[in-house]
Amino acid sequence: MRDTGSLPARLALYAAVLVGAAIMLFPFLWTVITSITPEGSLADGPTLVVDDPTLGAYRTLVDALPIWRIVLNSLGVAIVSTALQLVTGSMAAYGFARLKFPLKNVVFGFYLATLMVPLQVLVVPLFIEMKTLNLQDTYFALLAPTIASAFGVFLLRQAVTAVPLELDEAATIDGAGHLRIFTTIVLPLIRPALATVAVFAFMGSWNSFLWPLVVIRSPEFMTLPLGLSTLQGQFTTQWDVVMAGSVVSIVPIAVVYLLAQRHIIAGVAHTGIK
Amino acid sequence: MKQTARDGARRTTANRRPRSWKNLGWVLFFLLPSAIPLFVFTLVPMVSSLWVSLHRWNLISPMEWVGLGNYTNLLTDPMTRRVFLHTLAYVAGYLPIVYAGGLLLALALNQKLKGRAFLRATYFLPVVTSWVVVALVWKWLLNPTNGLVNQLLGAVGLPEPGWWTDPAWALPAVILSSAWKDLGFVMVILLAGLQSVPGDYYEAAKVDGANAWQRFWRITLPLLSPSTFFVVVISLINGFQVFDQVYVMTGGGPAGSSQVVVGQIYDLTFRYGRAGEASALSWLLFALILVITVVQIRGQRKWVHYA
Repeated sequence: MRDTGSLPARLALYAAVLVGAAIMLFPFLWTVITSITPEGSLADGPTLVVDDPTLGAYRTLVDALPIWRIVLNSLGVAIVSTALQLVTGSMAAYGFARLKFPLKNVVFGFYLATLMVPLQVLVVPLFIEMKTLNLQDTYFALLAPTIASAFGVFLLRQAVTAVPLELDEAATIDGAGHLRIFTTIVLPLIRPALATVAVFAFMGSWNSFLWPLVVIRSPEFMTLPLGLSTLQGQFTTQWDVVMAGSVVSIVPIAVVYLLAQRHIIAGVAHTGIK
Repeated sequence: MKQTARDGARRTTANRRPRSWKNLGWVLFFLLPSAIPLFVFTLVPMVSSLWVSLHRWNLISPMEWVGLGNYTNLLTDPMTRRVFLHTLAYVAGYLPIVYAGGLLLALALNQKLKGRAFLRATYFLPVVTSWVVVALVWKWLLNPTNGLVNQLLGAVGLPEPGWWTDPAWALPAVILSSAWKDLGFVMVILLAGLQSVPGDYYEAAKVDGANAWQRFWRITLPLLSPSTFFVVVISLINGFQVFDQVYVMTGGGPAGSSQVVVGQIYDLTFRYGRAGEASALSWLLFALILVITVVQIRGQRKWVHYA
């Protein structure tokens, strides 16, 4: 962190970052404004002040989609998939960092391989798998590819490796087994890494589009991105309704973001540090 | 002293290769919860994708073996070249914008500014928003007839592009909205990199008479190279997989002018019933991403300096 030089330079800097911030925030504001503008006056061009604000677009939205169910689907799937990834990931991390067993490197190589394969390669066969098992249009299908993430295992394994072995040894002398060491020593000490994995898991699930698009047909099982995209098909020109849907889908994630903002940004920054 | 699992572990460090399966119960307990889903939902589809790519198949009638036919078809199909070129153009447009923008922002917000935390949070907000929302909002902002951006451009006398209705502007429209969304991500990674640069380097350089410009080129940029490397690798991997924003904003149109590789994989499978070719195309994409990533990792020694 350094001091900037002269006063004019500082003022120019402030002006630049504030203009930038406005460009970041304005589309969100504009989304809200459009959603409460009466449909008829949208064609007249943009106005920042809506003379006769209306919630009509939100009413149309509720009629068009089971929007509350869709919001709950998104939240539920994101929370469950985050929880699952934390549990499966931290357990595997402990296994790889603390247990000795034959073929460990081979097994780890298998995890590595799954990390490298992009979802696009998996989409077609995964879709066929779900179709064969008759799992299309289920919550399980939405969750399946996110139960375990190799990325999470890697990040958490690094964190477990950094936990001093002496702590395990001391606990072992006190008679603790692997399960006790894992839950009472390792887990509390890798909390920052767990938070990072949680952030990525939650954002990944919340924003996921391609997989739900492939595996979900009925509105009852849709998540927000998918529900929103179908809205566009139904109302090509009804921007007020599309923007009302956008507002509904931004609000929950924005609330989560504002509450956990520090941790989310720190978590993301953490992944970039070697 | 008690005989414990740790003793076993210590012995194995001596002769490297553990021979006993006495930990098997614990190994299964800790690894199966992740190994089973990864096996069923990643490894099995991966292998079956290779199998499907060697067949002609419309997802319904029986598969027909074509060997490498799908791959040779794709390599001679002009559509393949088009979708790869569009994807490359997307990456080539997107990466410089987010990197330059993210770097400027990181440098600015690394200064002692009032409201710095608030500004950082603001710039990061689009990162947590889903691609579909970002694409929809920007599609509305870039609406060629009554969108806000064109109204503003018109008001100051600039030409009003057809954005997502004009084949020449569809891809730039996607690039613009993607860059807006990801700017905050790049900024945060580079900020983290900047904060790990030791302040004494700058002091020493000042003593030696280096001006701000020289300090930026000789100290900041080289020391940021690990973060830059990370941003470039991640952006390229994600960029080659671009889909959501294209699907929502342009649907690959107009006239296929913004169709990208993943969009083509989706269309081949679910619109044209050509699952075999779609699988083959997904492996071509994977091969390309793999080659590019490996080349970058090999090449990093030339320009990435770890402090």
